[in-house]
Amino acid sequence: MAQMDKLMEILTDLHPEIDFETQDGLMDKAILDSMDIVHLVTEIGDEFDVTISAKDLLPENFNSAQAIFEMIERLEEE
Amino acid sequence: MLLTSYEFIGFLALVIIINYLCPKKARKYFLLAASVLFYATAGLWGLLYIGAITVLVYISSRLIGKNQEAYAVWAKENKAVLPKEQRKAYREKQAGKRLLFLTVAVILCLGVMVIGRIPGLIAPMGLSFYTLQALGYLIDVNRENIKPERNFFKLSLFIGFFPQLVQGPISRYEELAPSLFEGRDFDIKNISLGVWRIMWGFFKKLVIADRLFSGVQTITSDTSKYRGAYILVLMILFSLELYADFSGGIDIVIGTAKALGIDVQENFIRPYFSKSLKEYWRRWHITMCNWFRNYLFYSVSTAKWLQKFSKFCRKRMGEAFGKRLPLYVATFIVWGATGLWHGFTWNYFVWGLSNWFILMLSEELEPVYEKIRGHIPFADKLPYRLFQMGRTFLLVCCMNLFDCYSSVGDTLGMFGSIFTEGNFGILFDGSLAGIGYSLSDAVIIAAGLLIMLCVSLLQRKGSVRERILRLAPPARYALFTCLLVAVLLFGIYGVGYDSTQFIYNRF
Repeated sequence: MAQMDKLMEILTDLHPEIDFETQDGLMDKAILDSMDIVHLVTEIGDEFDVTISAKDLLPENFNSAQAIFEMIERLEEE
Repeated sequence: MLLTSYEFIGFLALVIIINYLCPKKARKYFLLAASVLFYATAGLWGLLYIGAITVLVYISSRLIGKNQEAYAVWAKENKAVLPKEQRKAYREKQAGKRLLFLTVAVILCLGVMVIGRIPGLIAPMGLSFYTLQALGYLIDVNRENIKPERNFFKLSLFIGFFPQLVQGPISRYEELAPSLFEGRDFDIKNISLGVWRIMWGFFKKLVIADRLFSGVQTITSDTSKYRGAYILVLMILFSLELYADFSGGIDIVIGTAKALGIDVQENFIRPYFSKSLKEYWRRWHITMCNWFRNYLFYSVSTAKWLQKFSKFCRKRMGEAFGKRLPLYVATFIVWGATGLWHGFTWNYFVWGLSNWFILMLSEELEPVYEKIRGHIPFADKLPYRLFQMGRTFLLVCCMNLFDCYSSVGDTLGMFGSIFTEGNFGILFDGSLAGIGYSLSDAVIIAAGLLIMLCVSLLQRKGSVRERILRLAPPARYALFTCLLVAVLLFGIYGVGYDSTQFIYNRF
């Protein structure tokens, strides 16, 4: 759970005005723009020691905090 | 064959009839044959370019696909046998191989595109559009977003589907392929929606864009006579022409596809209603922007060298600036490439970089803007939104000047003359009558723009065509007759007159 907290911290630092607990469609609805996405890639890469590549930058991986978290877990396993 | 020519209308009618007469499974092959025929009318040599791109992309996508399949089998067999490190090393080795196939194919395809667009030679029709579409497909295969297409003819149809061959939209395989290959049954609603859209495209292109053309041509043709306030007029006229021309052409493309039961992605969402340049680029030429974002910006900004550079910058320059600098490097590359995609000239390159500069400056100044907005009591009200739209429109108009003149020096010189010439009197003393519009031209242009504006406003609440089709038949037919008569009476065309080439055909 500590890992999820870390992710939430990164997300709220980026956009304090968004409630990431409930918000979905982050990428589909362009709530996060391409600059935000790349910003997240760098932050997550530092914090979690995973490498997110261009092929991972899909709506299904970035539409919600939960989806991002699941992607991180998958990448950690690889 | 221009999309607004009599030949195209005849060709399209035949294609629609034969398409629905063909057995379902044969429709894609018929559409491919029709696309080859369409392309051949623009010059047989053009087929060489599109043929080369298609073969290159087909072979490389199959090689990448085969490697992916072989790796998947290996990974399954060795998951429980080999240690994680060894599996990781093998995975990276295979990914490196696929990247090599991809890189070679991308370089060769770009080589074909560059040869085809050497200044002075006649560029094959739609070369930069179908090259991007083909490369997007290849990158998606390499990213495992889609499986490579085994059927060469289906891939050829995807790359060369005739209406969108000319000026886009630049489709993604996963979005276009389902309806393109399905061979949908005849549905009168698709025909109605398609024909309405094509007719609306004709209206925008023939009545508005082609009529605006003469004024734009007059002003740009004489840089010593038409300066100062004329340039202000030019950039507004040209921006309106560009929108009517390009979006009108796209309406014809999407309408044509719709009549054949094929769904093509939208390319415009009322871009001149944007409140910032960033928003504008989400609403203008959407498929091109998506392409550059998905395939270039994401690739560059997640590349290992840039991530390393990012770490270096944060250590040396502090967290805040160090984090943003690599992003600015990535966007610089993307906007430079976007400019060069429009043409290998300094003008387009500088145009791309101007966009980059303003977008990055806005990003940096956003906290300042937010503070200013906090002090404006009506910041969320209509007047302020209208101000934002007007400001963005003018900004876009200024940058569109790069498309009007052939050199950076001329463009900047003409832009500067707005502030130095001091001839704003020409806006009111009747001098504008001399730029090539008769009184009837001016009335038709004004009425056409007003209709386009009203339709755009109505569109905000959903498709206007869908609403028209729900009207009682007499009202529907009366409206269609009005549109048809407007195109026939007020369109710039006629016997011996071939409609002006679409502006985006040259890209």
